Amino acid sequence: MGERKTVRKWFWVWDFDKEERWLNEMALQGWVLDGVGFCTYHFKKCEPGEYAVRLEMRPHDESYIAFMEETGAEFVGRFTMWIYFRKRVEDGAFDLYSDIDSKIAHLDRIGRVLAVIGGLNLLCAFMNSVGVGTWVGVLNTICATVLMYGLGRIHGKKESLQQARQLYE
Amino acid sequence: MIENMALTESTYYILLSLVSPQHGYGIMQQAEALSNGRVRLAAGTLYGALSAMVDKGWIRQLPVEEGSRKKEYQLTEKGRSVLGNEVARLRELADNGERILGMAQEE
Repeated sequence: MGERKTVRKWFWVWDFDKEERWLNEMALQGWVLDGVGFCTYHFKKCEPGEYAVRLEMRPHDESYIAFMEETGAEFVGRFTMWIYFRKRVEDGAFDLYSDIDSKIAHLDRIGRVLAVIGGLNLLCAFMNSVGVGTWVGVLNTICATVLMYGLGRIHGKKESLQQARQLYE
Repeated sequence: MIENMALTESTYYILLSLVSPQHGYGIMQQAEALSNGRVRLAAGTLYGALSAMVDKGWIRQLPVEEGSRKKEYQLTEKGRSVLGNEVARLRELADNGERILGMAQEE
């Protein structure tokens, strides 16, 4: 017991489901998430398959975390607006969202943040192109482009859920 | 207008679970038991639904007992009438389905 390791890995924001899948594969291999940072994941040794891990984007809300803990989940950590939970598999099924509407609401939250940051970068790009720092402007334009691409990916995920929502709830 | 709209399955089972006071985890267990394990409310979905229902006045949060962090909720009169309307709507759906499918079988 007590063995730990740190893995550095990059995930795009719109690949949060891929990130979650990877964290659960790690748990299956006996490494459960124990802390998060910028592109950094801390793990501690566990029984293979002992835990399920979930993540989501949600503005800071202590009462939400208390609510999650009340349902048997453990708060692992937070990086920016992303929060990470784990729960013992033997304590029952673990999902954060069980209907289409709340999944869409989650994507909307992510989309709004990407839109705001993307918009700010666009504004900076414009202001820098007028001023001296041309290369900073180029950097801002690249950031804005990446964020807009991300917004498109999130929108795509949302559209397929909305299509399902026309027939199911 | 909203009174005529269909409740989601989650909403329906959350309201049914709150006929007597219940905390979050209790609601999840109750909904699962009532539906024979079919309806599993996820905590994030439940959290959002509870605050929306408190805003609508369908349920109310009970005063938190000292030394406990668990918030308990209970159905209000308004919530009970929303639930009553929904039961009538569901009965209509089921009756029509049975009647029409039943006729189709006789032909």
